[in-house]
Amino acid sequence: MATSAPITLRKTALNVMHRRMGAKMVVFGGWDMPVEYLGLIAEHMAVRTGVGLFDVSHMGDIQLRGPGSLDAVQHISMNDASKLQEGQAHYSAMLYPQGTFVDDVIVHKLSDNDYLIVINAGTREKDFHWVKSNVQRFNCHANDYSDYYTQLAIQGPKAAETLAKLTNVDLSSIKGYWFKWGTVCGLANTLIARTGYTGEDGFEIYVPSDVATSERVWNEVLEAGKDFGILPCGLGARNTLRLESAMSLYEHEISDKINVFEAHLDRFLKLEKGPFTGSEALKTIQAEGGPTKKLVGLEIIERGIARDGYAVLNAAGKKIGVVTSGSPAPFLKKNIALAYVPTELAVVDGEVAVEVRGNPVKARIVPTPFYRRPKKTA
Amino acid sequence: MAYPENYKYTREHEWIEVAGNVGTVGITDYAQTSLGDIVFVDAPKVGTKVQKGSVFGSVESVKAVSDLYSPVTGTVTGVNEELHASPEKINTDAHSSWIIKVELSNPSELDALLSAIDYEKFIAEETGK
Repeated sequence: MATSAPITLRKTALNVMHRRMGAKMVVFGGWDMPVEYLGLIAEHMAVRTGVGLFDVSHMGDIQLRGPGSLDAVQHISMNDASKLQEGQAHYSAMLYPQGTFVDDVIVHKLSDNDYLIVINAGTREKDFHWVKSNVQRFNCHANDYSDYYTQLAIQGPKAAETLAKLTNVDLSSIKGYWFKWGTVCGLANTLIARTGYTGEDGFEIYVPSDVATSERVWNEVLEAGKDFGILPCGLGARNTLRLESAMSLYEHEISDKINVFEAHLDRFLKLEKGPFTGSEALKTIQAEGGPTKKLVGLEIIERGIARDGYAVLNAAGKKIGVVTSGSPAPFLKKNIALAYVPTELAVVDGEVAVEVRGNPVKARIVPTPFYRRPKKTA
Repeated sequence: MAYPENYKYTREHEWIEVAGNVGTVGITDYAQTSLGDIVFVDAPKVGTKVQKGSVFGSVESVKAVSDLYSPVTGTVTGVNEELHASPEKINTDAHSSWIIKVELSNPSELDALLSAIDYEKFIAEETGK
């Protein structure tokens, strides 16, 4: 069971609030974070059917500014930032020269001279140093704004109706992966992005990180979402939600040892834009026949739960791969996993087994994402 | 939470209620709270031999696997089949949701287990309260 926390844990501005609300805490990437409040399953279901609120301030924010910002972004990011319009964002990744992952990111174009890159919590320092050293030769300046913002994620089919009570911005004018600035909870010029890590519709808002403002906004969002059954949600539900949506987690599906083709993220890779860090290695991999292993989705079809790090076996019981993330899926009511298997076995409906505490448990390869939110007709 | 006084407890958060030579075993309310929503119970079959202090099965929540340690040595004479389909019963009432029944081969092992008061002291120390 839990022992006392180590001394140098980082905390978000809402740490006291989470503890006051009775959250169970966990250490994630060096941060003291809520893992659940009312319960993981309840929180997961709130996001899928109503709305949930997450404190994601542990994530980082790097801003690139100056006339050379676009060139700088293009050099470090695998997606094509020249295709972004002002107010638009996209999923991408920063790669090492060998085509493996520094981190996955969301790149936002604020203006021709101004880009915001949102990065993961556990890789903040590494990413910032990576960015700074790699953009030196471009006419731009890199700034770490992470500590300036409390970042809240409001996610679920009722997220828009919840946030609409707190802002003058017409949220229907913000499409998925776009953002605007507006007054939220009385705070002018607040960034409102229609992004998230749950597979549901939702918004991420960036407010000043002082405790008083952060707590006020947190409470106002919870109040606004009351009619829709809003729940504060922790990292437990955050993980099961992103897993159902087959979204990657650093050090699981992506890492400095995994390349873009293996991770099945090549739809975000734009080699045609010209050379960038990692492009040449990836071209070589492509030319030499592609990746030898691939990320697949597994549905566990016998009784058992596949978990991170469990071995994937073939029919003969030989280890052929590994589970990168595995868990019960609260909404789908199945046990699912993401796993690496040899490319020749990475075929939908193929059967493998997962070694669960010494015993092989059958699993079937299924298409991903496991869950897609229903299309809105309105 | 009141811990039944007629139960005995382990430091791995199992409880055992003894009647005659048969012990009924489950996990404590503290354990189920720590685990969160329980989704899976892996219990041994009737006839399996269990050893005091050794793993006899596991309980899984959405986010974690927790091994079950037998408080006593003996033979499994009963398994709670309800938990196969409804593992969440442990969350609702941990002290009535028994997992296995064991015929004791060495009843004197019970003397080393914690009383309800000692168990409550133990978890108070663990949580730093």
